[in-house]
Amino acid sequence: MGKALTLARRELTAYLFSPIAYIIGAGFLLLSAGWFFINIRIGGEASLRPLFDGMAVLMVLAVPLMTMGLLSKEFDSGTIETLMTSPVTETEVILGKFLGVMVFYVALLASTIVFLGLMIAFGRPDPGVAAMGYLGMILLGAAYVSVGIFASTLTRHQIVAAIAAIGILGFFVIVMGLVVRLGVRPWADLAAHLNAMTYFRDFSRGVFDSRGLVYFLSAAALFLFLSVKTLESRRWR
Amino acid sequence: MIDVKHLTKWYGPVLAVDDISFHVAKGRIVGFLGPNGAGKSTTLKILTSYLPATSGKVTIAGHDVLSDSIEVRRNIGYMPESVPLYPEMRVRELLMFRAALRDIPAGERASVVDRVAERCWLSKPEDVMRRRVGELSRGYKQRVGLAEALLHNPPVLVLDEPTIGLDPNQIRAMRELIQRLGEDHTIILSSHILAEIEQTCNHIMVIAGGKIVADGTPEELRQKVLGPSQVMVELRGSDPSELAGAVKSLAGVRNVTDSRTGDWTRLLIECDGKADRRAEIYRLVSEKGWQLRELRHTVGSLEDFFVQITYEQNMQAGQRMAQ
Repeated sequence: MGKALTLARRELTAYLFSPIAYIIGAGFLLLSAGWFFINIRIGGEASLRPLFDGMAVLMVLAVPLMTMGLLSKEFDSGTIETLMTSPVTETEVILGKFLGVMVFYVALLASTIVFLGLMIAFGRPDPGVAAMGYLGMILLGAAYVSVGIFASTLTRHQIVAAIAAIGILGFFVIVMGLVVRLGVRPWADLAAHLNAMTYFRDFSRGVFDSRGLVYFLSAAALFLFLSVKTLESRRWR
Repeated sequence: MIDVKHLTKWYGPVLAVDDISFHVAKGRIVGFLGPNGAGKSTTLKILTSYLPATSGKVTIAGHDVLSDSIEVRRNIGYMPESVPLYPEMRVRELLMFRAALRDIPAGERASVVDRVAERCWLSKPEDVMRRRVGELSRGYKQRVGLAEALLHNPPVLVLDEPTIGLDPNQIRAMRELIQRLGEDHTIILSSHILAEIEQTCNHIMVIAGGKIVADGTPEELRQKVLGPSQVMVELRGSDPSELAGAVKSLAGVRNVTDSRTGDWTRLLIECDGKADRRAEIYRLVSEKGWQLRELRHTVGSLEDFFVQITYEQNMQAGQRMAQ
């Protein structure tokens, strides 16, 4: 665990020196701010729900850009070789990367508290909804980041990793939602169970649902496990 | 210290390492010499447990690279060929990070990093340790790579092409450093430059086409490689066959081949053993009243041997491609 923290810290510092982190951060905040103001005018009421739902969809693009280089850059530059000839396990490497990005993700999320402040100034947002919404965003983020890391273990090209992650996330977050809307049975029922937004909407409504907790945590665990296995696979390929 | 038995590695359909076995005793500096694509880097990657072997057994300091990989890594300091480093990190920061991964207690890291930096000439211009790795010249990067490999003071050092890309002064400095390190580390390094290996290592393994084709101390290797001594002579004054016949009748001459260059005849004279027959040949030439324009004793060198090996490997590769 100590080594995972060492790796996480290196990853986070590397982030702070790369322009990509600032571009992602600025892009995300700009788009979610736009979304926030559009919804406030149209709805005319201080509801947090559309803000969280919008952010959850925006993260489908933002998270893969955060995670794309995590392992593919190590493959490309060859640093994976010095890393994996140090006494660290594949699990520690993946966990370290995961923790490093999660810190960045949570920091980005924390900066959206500004929106909450604006709402408090102009209305009376529900503190329960706010708390559940942020909890949901963190759980959702853990799953997204794990998918991103997995995509990054597959290739030495960052762009390919980003596209693969956007593809996987887009499938569970957007495509499944469309299938539900089409309403063709039995596919719609199945899609409703797989759709990440089904579970996230509970949180953004201010409801805690253990099914959502299980869904996001098991997705995170599954993709982290797959990442460890892909990284190990060079040993038996 | 390093024990390799029947190591074989296939990359898909390509055979990179072909059933090699060797043993490296403690405290030796062993050089892998071979043309590009001979299987040197692959072998080193297997030794460091980065890549698995297709078959065979490798133990480092008594630990198996497959079943006891973490323990093997603790005993090895490895500098890969391209010296991959994180460009955005500062030198000190990078070495501190590596030291943490190497299980060096937090309290000792700073002093360990300082010691290693001094050893690899990183501490001299004061600012090097504060510079970003990405801004460093090739020579400095190489030193940082070596410093990384030395942090945990490993009994075994594996250096893949440690002098590639360095200027002549840096090469000499690196060579001296490796020799100094050889006093208390077992070192295995690779190069495709003969002079490099000849000067640094006390044991050479020549690898070509995935096989060890020669093996020994530089002296032993030279003895093995040198064929019978040859004298080359160019003369005129009679027809080639007569010239050749006359020379062949000299004592200690084993074989003579003749060829024409203009109106001169060139004779390649193979002598018994290491004997030098130039004096006798000259006497014969002056007795017969022939004209002489060149008389030379040629000795096969390690260089020739190496060139020949490289040539053969390339020929085989060419044949495989053609098939």
